[in-house]
Amino acid sequence: MRKKTIIPLFIACLVIVGISFSFMNKHENDVTPFKPDADNAGLKLPVGFGANKVADNLGKARHIVITKDGSIYIKLMKVVDGKGILFLQDKDKDGKYEVQTAFCNYGGTGITIKNGYLYASSDKEVFRYKLDDKEQVIDPANPEKIITGLLAGRQHQTKSILLDNEDNIYVNIGAPTNSCQENDRGLESKGKVGCPILDSAGGIWQFKANKLNQSYADGLRYATGIRNVMGLDWNTQNNTLFVMQHGRDNLNSSWPKLFNTKQSAEIPAEAMYMIKKGDNAGWPYVYYDTYQNKNILAPEYGGDGKKEGSKEFINPVVAFPAHMAPNALLFYTGNMFPERYKQGAFVAFHGSWNRAPEKQAGYFVAFVPFKDGKPAGKWEVFADGFSGLDEVMVPREAVHRPCGLAQGPDGSLYVTDDVKGTVYRIGYVKK
Amino acid sequence: MIGFLSNSNAQIKKKTIVAKTPTNQLAKGKILYAKHCVVCHQADGGGVMGLNPPLIKTDYVLGDQKRLINIILKGLDKEIEIEGETYANPMPGLSHLSDQEVADVLSYIRNNFGNKASLISPAQVKVIRASKLK
Repeated sequence: MRKKTIIPLFIACLVIVGISFSFMNKHENDVTPFKPDADNAGLKLPVGFGANKVADNLGKARHIVITKDGSIYIKLMKVVDGKGILFLQDKDKDGKYEVQTAFCNYGGTGITIKNGYLYASSDKEVFRYKLDDKEQVIDPANPEKIITGLLAGRQHQTKSILLDNEDNIYVNIGAPTNSCQENDRGLESKGKVGCPILDSAGGIWQFKANKLNQSYADGLRYATGIRNVMGLDWNTQNNTLFVMQHGRDNLNSSWPKLFNTKQSAEIPAEAMYMIKKGDNAGWPYVYYDTYQNKNILAPEYGGDGKKEGSKEFINPVVAFPAHMAPNALLFYTGNMFPERYKQGAFVAFHGSWNRAPEKQAGYFVAFVPFKDGKPAGKWEVFADGFSGLDEVMVPREAVHRPCGLAQGPDGSLYVTDDVKGTVYRIGYVKK
Repeated sequence: MIGFLSNSNAQIKKKTIVAKTPTNQLAKGKILYAKHCVVCHQADGGGVMGLNPPLIKTDYVLGDQKRLINIILKGLDKEIEIEGETYANPMPGLSHLSDQEVADVLSYIRNNFGNKASLISPAQVKVIRASKLK
């Protein structure tokens, strides 16, 4: 009698344990459903959106990419404990990423996933790591070096990366000066004739995604005359590259007879360009004037604030206010956000410094509606409040500064901050 | 006794040559800071993370005066580290400023943003400007 009850009980227990194991396994691969923090992680968002802080104190968290099960890779600008890429998981599915592993021995900014590989950049090289079917790195200690020997000055040295759908990888190589002057940022210092640095910087280079040890000779200068880019993305509607340029600084301090401090704070635009192969955006010869809405000849090359630049240079598709420092660009292809956000562009503005003594600007994530690969409305502030201040007068008072953007498999939007190393997840919660 | 007299005479003479009081020098320095420095080093002297170094209680500002004067005159074109943070933007030299202006703006910086240090005199700037040594 006793034996008879024990055996069925034992079997029942096995069944229950079995069910719970399969339940756990099933859910381990699922994306954690989005749930906002009570205070929306301190962010100000449009009606219907919420935010939660998924991780904190990570270091200088730059660009970010999300795996198909919602795990996170983050590139750190400076290594922490010798490691420059973080892998975060939310195994208990409470919305906070409690599991953190780290690998890679270099700091940098760029990171992305494409066709079974994780790609990451230092300031001079690009590496890739083979992923398993859960998009986890198989051999973190032995990446393939696909690009090497890129120029990295002391300014604009970071390398953002992007792949298209034809096995090409695009890398920004920022110009190591403000405006190619003889004496960088100096008083009334003229521009170097034929700005020689454009051979190896100040543009977007294209390489093969699957070829090892490429350098300049193996790559193509895809577009030039772009001072520095951190945010770039591929628009899948018109199959075209889009970039956000960090516009030039110091119009007043270098050219005080031509520009006052207010003009210097408000010119030039932070420009979004649609880039076709061979395009030239005109740096350092022109800048895009936010008042006149055209390319104006740079003072370093004979400009007076009014003379127009050459027509050979392309115009922006969106001109944002000056100096806001666009550090990431993302075209939204998810299904979570309302219809008007679909195919639109999110831009993470790290926030300005070159507006002093005027108040600073940016420190938010902006949105531009798009239709068929073209802007379909004015830009607007999407997520604000990162700085923790009503007004930012000096950059170091900003508590957080947005830097990287990524879309989760459920359509939520992840934003990194490189001051405190916070990661935010923004979702749409209105039913 | 004679020596003492000639010394105090020299001091009186010096005072009449240096017409500026410290307050005057700091006030002029403040105007110069707003014109030439604030865009990069910011209104609170705090600089910009990773780019432009802070001027708050750093050795560059409070330490070797010769090095400080040279930075204004010749600029600084190298990456420096302050309290574990690196700053990489180049600073152009401001050699077009007069000895008096350099002294005023440096005195202002050395006595603002929580700093407290001696004033810099135009004579110090003149010597370093004339010197071929860095």
